[in-house]
Amino acid sequence: MFAVSRVLLRLKDGTLALNNFIFWSGLFILALIGVIRPELTSLAADKLGINRGSDVVVYASILLMFYLIFRTNILLENLRHDLTELVRKLALKK
Amino acid sequence: MQQLVLILPALNEAEVLAGVLARLKAGIKKLPLTTELVVVNDGSTDQTAVIAGKAGATVLTHLINRGLGAALGTGLAYAKKQPADFAITFDSDGQHDPADIGKVLSPLFKNRADVVIGSRSLNRKSKMPFLRRVNNQAFNVLTWFFFGKTTTDSLSGFRGFNRRAIKSINLKTERMEVSNEFFAEIKRHRLRLEEVPIKVIYTPYSMRKGVQPGNIFAIIFRLVLRLLR
Repeated sequence: MFAVSRVLLRLKDGTLALNNFIFWSGLFILALIGVIRPELTSLAADKLGINRGSDVVVYASILLMFYLIFRTNILLENLRHDLTELVRKLALKK
Repeated sequence: MQQLVLILPALNEAEVLAGVLARLKAGIKKLPLTTELVVVNDGSTDQTAVIAGKAGATVLTHLINRGLGAALGTGLAYAKKQPADFAITFDSDGQHDPADIGKVLSPLFKNRADVVIGSRSLNRKSKMPFLRRVNNQAFNVLTWFFFGKTTTDSLSGFRGFNRRAIKSINLKTERMEVSNEFFAEIKRHRLRLEEVPIKVIYTPYSMRKGVQPGNIFAIIFRLVLRLLR
């Protein structure tokens, strides 16, 4: 609940783009469902052939985090490149 | 007369820059074209820019340090703008001999190649310190693995480009991994590459600079990221 309110606040002051808002809200709602109805995770576990519902949650979380870290690295590299472009434009201006 | 832009990326080279530029000015007199000395000041905190200006070089200043790749990129962007017929990158720490400029220029001038690399390994007389040689070989293998190009000196800072290469090469990396990125660009645009032997002058000063052995893992990581960008 706390997390969703944080996300809503960010959306309101324009820090967070709409796509991002949908992503993170979706994530927190999924988390909420997982807590309120744990049987659903067990269902997912059976389908994937993994032992327990909570294991599925952990595995999925780890995969998601790897992906997010990867995306962040790409973003950082792009930022570095943008910075260099700016510095270059200034250097060539004279 | 055709125009050559000599690109010197420089980061805090105040100690030796005056001497390097003086020797260069003497060396380029014999060349059959007009040469512009361009010092790319990559965020130096010493008198590098002032010294370069006093010696009559064109000074392009990065307000903050961005790395060797970025400096070369800026130099090549300037060459593209002029537009220069040829561009040659040259180390500003005194490691390169101005007398070799003619050697690097020759295949470009005769239109035998689009990119020329001065190789320290081709020259049997110059001795690269063992550790440097091992490091260099590792990078040569890396270059071959990632970009399918064999070279005897992938880390050489002495490179020549003709108009076609200047126009098509687009550098995206910013630090030392640029050495490898050149090969990727050469392959991508199907540029003709030729290597010539050059002399290398190792002084205690220049030994401190350049790619240090051990950097290799950080560089591999950034190269992989570059492939994915």
